[in-house]
Amino acid sequence: MTSIILLSVFGIINLFLGFLKSNRILMPAVVVFLAIVFGVNFIDWNQGPQTHFNNMLVIDNFSVAFAAVMVLSMLLILPFSRSYVTDENPHLAEFYSLLLFSLVGAIMMVSYENMLMLFLGIEILSIAMYVLAGSHKKQLRSNEAALKYLLMGSFATGILLFGIALIYGASGTFNISDIASFSSTQPAGLLPMMEVGVLMILIGVCFKIGAAPFHFWTPDVYEGTPTIFTAYMSTVVKTAGIAAFYKLVWSVFPGLNEFWYPTLVAITVLTLVIGNVGAAVQNSFKRMLAYSSIAHAGYLLIALTSFNDRSENAILFYALAYTVATVAAFGVLKLVSDQRGEEGYEAFNGLGKTNPLLAFSMTVAMCSLASIPLTGGFFAKFFIFGAAIDAGAVWLVVVAILMSAVSIYYYFRVVIAMYMRDAEGERIAVDPFAAFMLIVLSIFTILMGVAPGLFNNLL
Amino acid sequence: MNEIPEVIRTIPLNYYLFLSTALFVIGVTGVLLRRNAIIIFMCIELMLNAVNLLLAAFASYRSDPNGQVFVFFIMAVAAAEVCVGLAIIVMIYRNLQSTDVHLLNKLKW
Repeated sequence: MTSIILLSVFGIINLFLGFLKSNRILMPAVVVFLAIVFGVNFIDWNQGPQTHFNNMLVIDNFSVAFAAVMVLSMLLILPFSRSYVTDENPHLAEFYSLLLFSLVGAIMMVSYENMLMLFLGIEILSIAMYVLAGSHKKQLRSNEAALKYLLMGSFATGILLFGIALIYGASGTFNISDIASFSSTQPAGLLPMMEVGVLMILIGVCFKIGAAPFHFWTPDVYEGTPTIFTAYMSTVVKTAGIAAFYKLVWSVFPGLNEFWYPTLVAITVLTLVIGNVGAAVQNSFKRMLAYSSIAHAGYLLIALTSFNDRSENAILFYALAYTVATVAAFGVLKLVSDQRGEEGYEAFNGLGKTNPLLAFSMTVAMCSLASIPLTGGFFAKFFIFGAAIDAGAVWLVVVAILMSAVSIYYYFRVVIAMYMRDAEGERIAVDPFAAFMLIVLSIFTILMGVAPGLFNNLL
Repeated sequence: MNEIPEVIRTIPLNYYLFLSTALFVIGVTGVLLRRNAIIIFMCIELMLNAVNLLLAAFASYRSDPNGQVFVFFIMAVAAAEVCVGLAIIVMIYRNLQSTDVHLLNKLKW
């Protein structure tokens, strides 16, 4: 709650800092802001559920933990925006402020207690992202990404809202616990309206998290968006979307789960297959990461379909491991593509010889995403699959394991390019802050793989 | 339920449901079929307004202000979305001299 207010205030302060002649103060300022928010966020830890704004937001351990993951991922992404600072980009303050404001939306999405807050959270997050996707105004790719994101995003919002309206019509309330108790009574006459509403909300949220078959915008938007904001989209937006989705299916519609469960399982399988197979056929590394984020949404959806006391923790751990690895991958991609001007696998040729640090942290990130043991990604999948097997969805786990075997192929293509191909370009200059952050990310990934107990069972 | 004004009761709730569903479907069809970015955007607005109508109808039949307040929020958010959306469309027009979405095919597969 305090973190929402602080983020809004800091966003405004940051806009005023933009009036200064030099951009150099902006990044340290945002780092300080985020560190403060990250600390303050934990005031509400273990305080029990607290409601705010007339019972519209509820802050509990679930929302505090996910808010912490999202603030942390923005903190981790920041060092890689150094090139914007040195280019003296005139809009840097606006970019940072939009990121801070969108974080407000993300936190609202994980702590909503009322459908209104879910809708507002999604929109605060998305509208800021539409602007950031198009932030390279002269570049046609960025324009195209922004338009596609905007049109698909607002289309999905329309569907989501229609679903919310139908559920309001049936139950007469926007409050999620009232909807839950209403739907558990299985009101015979109003059931079709509820079911259509649930289905439309499901479609709307699947659009936002990029789950198949509503994933078509994802690769295009991720590829066209400037890399730094793609990293933000595939970590913060995805984490917020999944956490909101989890809350939606298990605290709003548990009474209707016979109805939506098969749909969600079908979406999960489709997402896993399309994400992994799609990623395997890509030639652009950035586009591969876009498909890989679809695939990871699929793994997270497995945890959504299997509700038990372990699934919350599994999602949190997965979100953390995925965030750390993805930020490292996008960070290296940003550094490489800024200087070599390419985003394909070839851009990484010989990186192991010219820049051992970049190559090493990329390898760690790829191992984690491909869930090789001793990295965070391994235990992330382990916990998710464990929760799914407890819930009895063994065949779903089999599909997921087959698909993660496919994922090794495309994740290791870049590792092969880095270590087994000859160098084409010269050494890539890396500023110290980004290098430090890459080391931190690698250590964090390995720590999560060696001592997963530190991060598990937090909730 | 007993405080529904006479004026509202003359039209059954089902009619509102049918009307707003029809508006919504027209909006969806428009988004899927039209090529001009501005028309697509108008169709999305039509979808949102169908939702507004539905919420207002439900709210007045239940004599519950919550739904009407939700409508205000949708309007405000839609306005914000229009600001950003039109800005993006203007940006694209400056680069392409057109707002045809089929010209935007730099990113595929």
